Amino acid sequence: MGIQRVLAGVLAATLPCFSPAQQDTLKEIERYRQLLQESNPAELYEARGAEHWTRKRGPKSSSLERCDLGLGPGVVKGAYARLPRYFADTDRVQDLESRLVTCMVALQGFAPEEARRNPFSGTGAPMITTDPFSGVGQRSVMTDLVAWIASESRGMTIAPPMSHPKERLAYQAGERLFYFRAGPYDFGCITCHGEEGKRIRLQNLPKMTNAKDAQRAFGTWPAYRVSEGELRSMQWRMWECIRQMRFPELEFASDASIALIVFLANRAEGGTFDAPAIKR
Amino acid sequence: MPSKTILALALSGICVAGCATRPSDSETERTVAEMIKTSFRTRGQATVARLSQDDAQALCSKHAGELPKGVSDGIEKAQQATIRYPSSGKLMGDWREGERIAQSGVGKQFTDAPNRPAGGSCYNCHQLSKQELSFGTIGPSLYQFGKQRGASEAIQKYTYGKIYNAEAFSACSNMPRFGHNGVLTEEQITHLVALLLDPDSPVNR
Repeated sequence: MGIQRVLAGVLAATLPCFSPAQQDTLKEIERYRQLLQESNPAELYEARGAEHWTRKRGPKSSSLERCDLGLGPGVVKGAYARLPRYFADTDRVQDLESRLVTCMVALQGFAPEEARRNPFSGTGAPMITTDPFSGVGQRSVMTDLVAWIASESRGMTIAPPMSHPKERLAYQAGERLFYFRAGPYDFGCITCHGEEGKRIRLQNLPKMTNAKDAQRAFGTWPAYRVSEGELRSMQWRMWECIRQMRFPELEFASDASIALIVFLANRAEGGTFDAPAIKR
Repeated sequence: MPSKTILALALSGICVAGCATRPSDSETERTVAEMIKTSFRTRGQATVARLSQDDAQALCSKHAGELPKGVSDGIEKAQQATIRYPSSGKLMGDWREGERIAQSGVGKQFTDAPNRPAGGSCYNCHQLSKQELSFGTIGPSLYQFGKQRGASEAIQKYTYGKIYNAEAFSACSNMPRFGHNGVLTEEQITHLVALLLDPDSPVNR
C-alpha cells in the first residue's frame, strides 16, 4: 500500500513532463492500477499452495511439510525473504523454486524432470496458444506453492544471506550475466534496466542497480498479472525477460536463472516484501 | 551497511589461506561460461548459438560500467566497415510502410513465426509521431527528426547507416544493429528512413 502511494506520488510529480493527452492516458492507467489493488486473485493461488504443501503427492505419497527452505525443516514463515541461499545438502545456491524441486524429489519421490515439469501456470508465455510444458488455463502446483510461500514473507525485509563463498560466487556471476549482451538484438538485462526513469511504450522500467527501484520490483514478485490472467513467479520473470531479449530459452531453475535472482535479491536488500502483488 | 562491514571484517579474520571474501575474476568467468553452456536450450529459431558473442558484444559486456575511449573508437571503426547500402542507391522508401514497421515489435523471439518479417520495435523506445502516445523513452525522441535535419543525401546516408548499425556511430548503443544482425531487410530500413525524413511523414508534420 505504501509503495502504491509512493508510486502515485512519483507519477504525479512526472506528469507535467507529458502532453495533456498523455497526462490523461497516464492518469487513467494510474487509476486502473489503484483499482487493481482492491482485490487480488493471487489469494486463490495462495490458498491452493497452502493445500499442496500438506497434501500427500508423488511415488512416496508424502507431503512437503518437512521441506527445508533454509530456516529448518517445515519453516515457511520468513523463508522467502531469505532466499536464494546456499544449501549444504545439495551443495548449491538455490532459489525458492529450485529448492522446491529438491524437496519434491527427496521427500515425494518425483523424478527431477517430473518435478520441473509445468513450472508456470497457463501458457507460460503471454499470447502463445501452444506451449510444450503447459496448456491454456492449466494450473501449476509449483506456481501455487510459490504464491503461498511468498505470502508467508509479506511485510518482511528482503535479506538474502551472503556469507557462503558459493553465495558470493553466484552474486558475481549474476552480475556478469546482468551485463551480458548477445543475440540478434544485442540485448542484455542492462539494456532496459540500466537507467532511471525509462519506459518501454508506457511501461515503466526499474533500474535494477538502483536500490529503491530494485526493492520495489523484487519485492512485488510473485505477482498476479492481469494482462495474462495468471500468477507469475520470479523464475517466470527471468524466463520471460530472456525470451524478449531474443535469447534461447532459459531453463527453469537453472544455475544462470538462480545467479540472476541472487544478484537482484541483493540489489533489493533492505526492501520490504509486498508479494504476491498485482500488476497490469 | 556498518553491520555488513563488521561482518566482512569478521569473516576475513576467520578465513585462512584459500578462503577469499570475493571470488577471483577468473573463477567468476569460468562459472559464467559454464552457466551459459548449461542453463539455456535452443527453442525454435532462438538457438544457443545466439549466446556466442561477437567482438562488439563481448567488449560492451566487459566494459559495461565504463567504456574506455580507445575501446569505443575501435568498436565504432569496426562497425562502420560493416554497413552495406542498397545496391539500387535508393535510401528513401515509403513512410507509410515505415510507420507499420516502427509499430511492430515482433521478430526473432522463439515464440515468433521465423518466416514472418520482423518489425523495428521503434516505438518501444522512441517517440516518433505526435499521434502515437504509447512510446518508450530508452532512446531519444525522434519527433521532427527530418524537419530539423532536412533530407539531403548525407542525412539519408547517416540515417540509413544508423539504423543498419547503430554501434558504428555510438559504441555499445542500446539500439540493436538492425541491418548488420539481419533483423530488418535493406528495403525495410529504407521505409524507416522515409518515416524519419519524408516531409509528409507524421514524424515531421
